Amino acid sequence: MKTPIYLDNHATTQMDPRVLDAMLPYFTKYFGNAASRNHEFGWVAEQAVDKARKQIADLIGASAREIIFTSGATESDNLAIKGVAEMYAEKGNHIITAATEHKAVLDTCKKLEKNGYRVTYLPVKGDGLIDLDMLREAITDKTILVTIMYANNEIGVLQPVAEIGKICREKGVLFHTDGVQAIGKVPVDVNRDHIDLMSITAHKLYGPKGVGALYVRRKNPRVQLTAQMDGGGHERGMRSGTLNVPGIVGLGEACAICQREMPEETKRLQYLRDKLRNKLESELDEVYLNGSWEHRLPHSLNLSFAYVEGESLLMGINDVAVSSGSACTSATLEPSYVLKALGLGDDIAHSSIRFGIGRFNTEEEIDYVAEKLINVVRKLRELSPLYEMAKEGIDLSKVSWVTD
Amino acid sequence: MAYSDKVLDHYNNPRNVGSLDKSAENVGTGMVGAPECGDVMKLQIKVNDANGIIEDAKFKTFGCGSAIASSSLATEWLKGKTVDEALAIKNTDIVNELSLPPVKIHCSVLAEDAIKAAIGDYRSKQAKRVPAGQKAEHTVA
Repeated sequence: MKTPIYLDNHATTQMDPRVLDAMLPYFTKYFGNAASRNHEFGWVAEQAVDKARKQIADLIGASAREIIFTSGATESDNLAIKGVAEMYAEKGNHIITAATEHKAVLDTCKKLEKNGYRVTYLPVKGDGLIDLDMLREAITDKTILVTIMYANNEIGVLQPVAEIGKICREKGVLFHTDGVQAIGKVPVDVNRDHIDLMSITAHKLYGPKGVGALYVRRKNPRVQLTAQMDGGGHERGMRSGTLNVPGIVGLGEACAICQREMPEETKRLQYLRDKLRNKLESELDEVYLNGSWEHRLPHSLNLSFAYVEGESLLMGINDVAVSSGSACTSATLEPSYVLKALGLGDDIAHSSIRFGIGRFNTEEEIDYVAEKLINVVRKLRELSPLYEMAKEGIDLSKVSWVTD
Repeated sequence: MAYSDKVLDHYNNPRNVGSLDKSAENVGTGMVGAPECGDVMKLQIKVNDANGIIEDAKFKTFGCGSAIASSSLATEWLKGKTVDEALAIKNTDIVNELSLPPVKIHCSVLAEDAIKAAIGDYRSKQAKRVPAGQKAEHTVA
């Protein structure tokens, strides 16, 4: 077993060597511009792009012509939200999203607010899911777009996307979802889920960084977008710029592998994830799960270890790569806004660790991480005045703390 | 974030972890910070009645590695000092010793606050101490 161990697969994933193999010829041998229509070099590149388009579309139940290539999910989110807002400005100026969305969605919405759009930020319930009745009530005749992520990047919960899509369809409102964490991990179907726009990125599903896509529905309804970059009119005029052919080939291959291997991979990752949770919970008291267990990605786990601060936990497992919602690990010194949105106290947010298990993790690694974490939590609790007080029966919420 | 060797050393081998009897008259207890801020330090001193020297110091800290290191270092420094000498410990001394980066300066401030709180508690206990035929030996104004 090699260290450090990578368990941060929500942040990014290691590229699958099979993906790299597929990409390599397109850097040197087949280097053509996919938009060159009058020679062999261009045709070869275009064929590769077309194949990738189909591979991506197949994974999400779309048709190839509905895939628009971008530089990644942040661009896709921006293009979807700003592109719809601009295109449908005459119809209305209201957008609905959720408090736990990724910053690529939230900050895009905030930008639109400055430009006169109205945005509703739906709260989430304690399990991290939105309330469908609140969504229904939030939709007005001015609403043009609902944007709710498929799965959350911090707590791994799956939103009731099919129900959200159904509500949007009934009300005649477009539905965009950031599919980054879910695509390739759980079955996503744009027709079953009534999705009109969906952001995709390659590096979360064992593909390369710097390439992504936006699914844009072509019929029932036909979605139109105002391009956010001007140029050669590539990608049906929605996204200009010479296509990143090797990256696109990589995204396509990554999708094809995920589609082929998903049933088995899901079982394996879920087994490892459950084993990790069971081990930690059987050896340690007061370990709390953040977010719904039932509606969750198979490889995702977010736990809080009460009375222990997240950054000090990470220090104790410095050969394991995970993330914490602790303020100390963020640039802003604020604890995770996602965990706070669940209604958790800041203390529980400070104590949280996110585990993302991936294709290349082994059972041996999971056992090692569990063992190590149990020891570190025990050691830090020996050091924790809060643990001592709790064991003495003191209600920490009733203590008046001395702060500046 | 990269930690200095000294922070890592205190984190891996924290000095003087534990608790003293907080009801004892010669023990001062300081508890500063709050769970929602991500830092709580409990620092205790035990003062020798005869010579006014801090003969023992213990801590427990909920917080990041730098907070643990700051309080661990503080207990090391407190031992053997008089109460007045202890009051002279500044957070900047801790910052320098541990090479704390700017975002971790608040950890050292908290440790200084914990020292002051422990000494304050000790002194208020001493002030209340009923001199049964004798004066408290080392009450300081």
